[in-house]
Order: sequence, then C-alpha cells, then structure tokens
Amino acid sequence: MPAKIDRAFYDIGHLDSLAEADTPLHRLDPRAKLLTTAVFIVSVVSFGKYEIARLLPFFLYPAVLIGLGDLPLGFLLRKLLIVSPFILFVGIFNPWLDRTVLLQLGTLDITGGWLSFISLLLRFILTVGAGLILVASTGFTTICMALEKMGAPRIFAVQLLLLYRYLFILIGEAIRMIRAHSLRSFSRKGSISFRVFVQMLGNLLLRSIDRAQRIHMAMLSRAFTGKIRVIRQFRFGYQEVLFLTGFSGLFIILRATDAVDLLGRLVLEISR
Amino acid sequence: MHMADALLSPVVGGAMWAATAAVTVYSSTRVKQSLDEHKIPLMGVLAAFVFAAQMINFTIPATGSSGHLGGGLLLAILLGPQAAFLAIASVLTVQALFFADGGLLALGCNIVNLGFFPCFIVYPLIYKKIAGNRPTPGRLLTGSLAAAVVGLQLGSLGVVLATTLSGVSELPFASFALLMQPIHLAIGIVEGLVTAGVISFIRQARPEILEKAAADQPLGMVPIKPVLAGLALAAVLTGSLLSWYASSHPDGLEWAIFKVSGYEELDAPEVGMHHSLESIQEKTAFLPDYGFRETAEHESGRLGTSMAGLIGGLLVLLFGIGIGLLLKNLALPGTATRPRNA
Amino acid sequence: MSHHIVEVRDLKFRYPDQTPALAGVSFLIRHGESVAVVGANGAGKSTLLLHLNGYLTPTDGSVRIGDFQLTRDTVRDVRRTVGMVFQDPDDQLFMSTVFDDVAFGPLNLGLTPDEVRERVEKALDTVGVTHLRKRPPHRLSTGQKRRVAIASVLSMSPDILVMDEPSAGLDPRARSQLISLLRTFHHTKIIATHDLDMVVDLCDRTIVMHEGLIRADGPTMEIFGNEELLAASCLEKPLRMQGCPICGG
Repeated sequence: MPAKIDRAFYDIGHLDSLAEADTPLHRLDPRAKLLTTAVFIVSVVSFGKYEIARLLPFFLYPAVLIGLGDLPLGFLLRKLLIVSPFILFVGIFNPWLDRTVLLQLGTLDITGGWLSFISLLLRFILTVGAGLILVASTGFTTICMALEKMGAPRIFAVQLLLLYRYLFILIGEAIRMIRAHSLRSFSRKGSISFRVFVQMLGNLLLRSIDRAQRIHMAMLSRAFTGKIRVIRQFRFGYQEVLFLTGFSGLFIILRATDAVDLLGRLVLEISR
Repeated sequence: MHMADALLSPVVGGAMWAATAAVTVYSSTRVKQSLDEHKIPLMGVLAAFVFAAQMINFTIPATGSSGHLGGGLLLAILLGPQAAFLAIASVLTVQALFFADGGLLALGCNIVNLGFFPCFIVYPLIYKKIAGNRPTPGRLLTGSLAAAVVGLQLGSLGVVLATTLSGVSELPFASFALLMQPIHLAIGIVEGLVTAGVISFIRQARPEILEKAAADQPLGMVPIKPVLAGLALAAVLTGSLLSWYASSHPDGLEWAIFKVSGYEELDAPEVGMHHSLESIQEKTAFLPDYGFRETAEHESGRLGTSMAGLIGGLLVLLFGIGIGLLLKNLALPGTATRPRNA
Repeated sequence: MSHHIVEVRDLKFRYPDQTPALAGVSFLIRHGESVAVVGANGAGKSTLLLHLNGYLTPTDGSVRIGDFQLTRDTVRDVRRTVGMVFQDPDDQLFMSTVFDDVAFGPLNLGLTPDEVRERVEKALDTVGVTHLRKRPPHRLSTGQKRRVAIASVLSMSPDILVMDEPSAGLDPRARSQLISLLRTFHHTKIIATHDLDMVVDLCDRTIVMHEGLIRADGPTMEIFGNEELLAASCLEKPLRMQGCPICGG
C-alpha cells in the first residue's frame, strides 16, 4: 500500500510540474481550454453506443494538444491504464449480452456487443485523456481561478485551492504514519488492523483540525475578514477565440455531419 | 464507486451537473451567510484529510481484502451538511482532475452520489435522528452504521440508474443493481464502523471539538423543506432535460437505429408536457431490452458505409497524429521549456 | 509619544479549560529594538506572542501596540502594525502560489491591484525569492518557505515583526542566510526561539520566561553570562559562549 500512496503522491506532483512549462498551449487562457474540453467531452459521449468510426477523428484533438503542449504521452497513457478497471468491469458484459451480428469483415462476424465495448473504450480514452491534458497544460490552481471567473461560487473555488494546498502535506503525514507503523509491525508485511486504522485516522484528523486552526490564525494575522482575494488577470485574446471556436466548430461538424464517411467513400471511389 | 464519463450520455451527465451546481450554489450561500470564517480553512483542510485518509487501507479480517474511508458522513458530522457538501465536492473534483477517477462529465453524478446523499439525506434524516448531538456509544454506532449503509446504497443505486438511463452499457438494470448493491452493502458497513470509530476516538481525545461542531450547527439548521425542495428541483430538472432531449433529438440508441434502418428523417417532435412524460416513461420502461436486434436484418449495404467510415476515420486519425508529432518536434527547441524537476 | 512601541502590563491569561499560561507579564519595547523571548517549552512564549497580534485577548492586564490599546475594536489596526511570522511556514503559506500568498495581506488591506503588485515585488525582492513567484508553496525548500513567509508579512508594511522560531528546521547555511537577512531589517523585532546562538547574533536584549512569568529581562550578553539563571530556566549557554572542548579555551 505505501508504494501506491507514494505513486499517487508523485503523480500529482508530476502533473503539477508539467503545468509549469511554457508552451503555446500552456499560455492559452484557461477558460478557453476548459470550455473546449467541455465541448469535446459532450461531443464524444453524445455518439450512439455502436459508433466507432466517427469517434476516431476525435483523437485529432488530444494528438494536437500533446504536440502543442509538449506533454509526455507515456505518462498520460499510464494514468489512463490505472483508472481503466471500472470501465472494463462494466463494459465487458456487452459482448455477452448483445450477440447480434452487426458487421462482417470478410468471414469475421462482429457482434453489437463487441462494437459497443470498443466504442466504450474509445470514449473512455478520449474523455479521460482530454481531462488529463487539461490539467497537465493548465495546472490545478489556474483551473480553479478560471472556474471562479466563470461563475463558480467563490467559497467553492477557495475550498478547491485550500484542499489542493494541504493535500500534499496531509498525504505526507499519512505516509509517515504508515511507514512508522510498518517499521514496527513485524507480521504480515504491515497490514493494518481495524483498531490501529481507526486510531491512525483519528490522529490524522486531530492534527488536521489543529492545523486548520493555525492556518486560521495565520489568515487573521494578515487582515483576513472572511473573504479570500486573489489577483489574476486572464486575457481572452484572439488566440483563445481561435482555439475555442476552431476546435468546437470542428467537434460539432464531426458530430453533426458524416464528414468522415464522405472522406472514406471518396478514397474508396478514387482507389477503384 | 465512481461513475465514469464513458458510461454517461450527455443528458444524464448534464442533468446531474445542473443538480450539483444548484446544490453547490445553495451550500455556498448558506456557508457564506452563517459566516463562520474559521470554517473556511477547516473545510479545506478536512477535505485534504479525507483525501489523505482514503489512501490508508486496513485489512478486513478473514477476507484478505482491504477497506478505507469514504468520508462523506464523517465530514457532515464535523462540519454540518452544507460545508461538508462543498468539501466532498472539492475532493471529488480533485480526484476527477488528477486521478481521472470518474471524469469531468461524470463529476456531477459523483458529487450527487457521494456528496449530496450523505450530507443532505442520510446525515440529517438518519444519523441525526438516531444519534442526536451527544450520542451514547451505542447510538453513535447504530446511527453511523444505518446512515452509512443507506447512504452507500443510495449512491450505488445512483450509479446503476445513471448508467442504465445513459444506455451505453448493455447490463440490464436488475442485473447491474444485483451486482452493485451487495458490494455497497459491505462498503457501507465498513464506512459506518470507521466513522463511528473515528468519532469516538475524537470524543475521547478532544471532546471539545465535537461540542463545537454540534454547537455550530443547531438542530434547526438542516430544515427538511429545502432538502425536499432541492430533491424535487433536481428531479424536475432531470426530467425536463431528459424529455427535452428525448423530444428534440434522437438519443444514442435511436440514432443508431435510424442510421441503420435508413430512416433519414424524424417525425417533428410533439411538444408538450404529456408527450414529454410519455416519452420518459417509454424510455425508462423498455430501455434495458430496447435493442438493435429487430432492425439488424434490414441492413443491406451497411458494410460499405462502415468500411468507408472506418477508412475516413483512420485517415483523419493518422493526419492528427502527424500534426501532433510535427508540433512536438517543432516545439522542442525554442518555445517549450522543460519544467524544472519535481 | 513614539509610534512604534509595545507595552505589556501585568498580562494574565488562562485557557478556557483554566490552564494558566501567563501569570502577570510586563515589559516595554522601544522603537527599533530587537528582543528575544527565550524559555523552556511551555514557558508561555507562544501564548505571549499570540497576544501581540490580538489572536488571544488578555484575561487580565493590557497590551498596547503603537497608539492602540488591544481591544476587539482595535484588533484590525493592531494586526496591520504587527507582522506575525508563524513557526510552521506550511501554516502561514496557505495560498496556492508564492505570489498569491504574499499578495493576500495587501489585498485584505484594500489596496489597488497595482499597489499590491508593487508591494509583492518589493517584498519578494527583499527576501530574495523573486524567481519563485509562480511556484506552489509545497514545492519549495524549508528555507525558501521561511523566506516567503517573511515576505508575506513584509508586504503588509508592518512596523513590528514578531517571529516564532524563525530558524527551526533550517539547514546551517539557510539558517545563517536567514540571520543575515533579518539583520538588514530595521523593524522592531520580537523573536521567540530556542536558538540562543541566533539570539546572540540578532538581539541586544533578551527576555527569559519561565512558568508564565518573566524570570529576567536585560542585555543578551549579561543574561547568557548568568549560568544560574539559565539553569533555573531550563536553558543552556549558547555554544559559542561555552568553552572550547578541544583546547579548553
């Protein structure tokens, strides 16, 4: 287990440091990226459940962004793999439950279940990938600020910022506790019994409450009156407009028309 | 269990987002009104606590599996429903963004399942009723157990419902529920035991914390009416969005059917409450075995289109990868600076 | 009357659970003085500091900062005058970037964005961390965090700096750099610490606390020369004032 925590810890830090790079993608106003991501996700999940071909062009977006933002593909793929079990769990039943043959490739019969399963996986890769790319190219803090600028309640945005700020410290404390426990538990490679577990959580909780009190003290001593203020200037310039309208337009065209199909037919026609 | 984007249709996801947004705005306003400014850092740090606590696992005796804290109920006891809801919502947002747990579209769904149910339904209606403000150990345990079990059953039912309504998975409602509910019964019992354990630990070590938490949220603070009103609002919102969508667009299933069976046009949608309700009813009633099957035989010439579609799609994909690679190579020397080491 | 003055008169404080923490403390600090508050753990140092910025209000006695008698009404003015640097910089740096943190105080004071920016830049420059502006605090070293924490207070232009264990947890180089930095400040400084060697470097005057009372108050060198007093207060002579163990000098 500790290895898992260390890993998670490292991963957040790594995503965070990716967001510090300075590329054309990183420089874009976060609102443009956030909105484009939203349009992207909605377009992708709005396809019918057997759709495969028309999902493929949507890989254009992550591909372009990974290029623009110079993001590490391997790392993103590994993150995708980690969260895939639930999707596999739910999707794997499709091939059993839906055995109607919908497509024949030569002698190979492809059932609706397999089509919808593959479609599900594609959607999963696209939507989760788009989310990861958003974080890696924008950074969590900036996303929170953008949310607030776009109308999310300030208290909620502040919550997100504080959570993110203290996440690292509390995970650090949790790791130290587990380490101290496993150093003194000689049986069964450090598995934690319920009694010990509750005491660990209790202690961690007490420390957290004390810390919150000290933070409040620090806030008060800097003239805090219940409202957290930040200066952040976002500039929604022509690049942002171009990014947002360009990509969103593309997604909508890809979703609403059969451009892909036409392209395919054209190629088939020419090759004949 | 977290709901995932890929399992959701935009309507269901959007409706849940709308419901979540409404509750978030309501909670923020209430927290702001009560102006407990000391709660601002407390909420943030406790959210971080839940996050960290979820990474500690204990071994469930005789099963070899492990359990951990969910945290919704615990936060509700410590912070009161509104503040706890905001804290849980922020935990789920961070999980969605950093761990891709769930996803952005599914976030609304997850916040309702794991935040709204524990904070606004189970905590005031079950935990408070059984445990009260100064519970005996027995009442604390019963209250936590009952609240956590019901909370997780609701949450799990939420996942099943949202999945079935979205129609992406083939699993029929009943089988999926049969799979999910028992798992979440076990998770709920663990959650109840852990919550009761941690609360009684705190009570022994530092009773004043719980006194203060209870004093901060007098019994009248969670009136039932707004909760019910909120639920009703969410239901109406979901319903109307669903029906609007259903009446103006073909949903995923229909879309596929129309495509295959070659119907080019849809009948102009009939607008009106009756029609909308009817269409919801139709949809929910025979969604599970609503299929493709009857129409499958009619698909002559389907193969051609599909081949064309696949080829077209692949072409665009290759094109995209090409652009990506090109950009990546271009970006390397000048514009992109590698981040400093973490 | 001098503007920058701290006057504590017969200050008594009990925690809500009736634990006595301060049992009648009086002292006066003049403008520009640099004063160390030393004493064993539990001697009452932290409780005293928390009164100086109005986080705690006296059970009995009075605290005056500049022209303001500390009351509920003046607490905001007092906090504007006293910059408090807490022991754990992770508590002090609660915003998500260095810039936002240093800007937090000035923004609360109601300054315009331009004024705030100017103050932040100046404060960051003073402590030498301008290059860290955009960094999140969790990715700084302890020494850097400490500097940023100081900047977050300097940006409010306080007259008096109150610091709790500023050298704790720093490696030797970061510690000596911090001491050099603090020497350049002309503020009135009140430093609670166990680091008596730092006291020798920074403070001309030392207040020794023991069990909620002031045991001694006087020139630093005099106090550290009094071995009896130090022993009675659970303290030890600073290393550099002890004899050399090798040459016996």
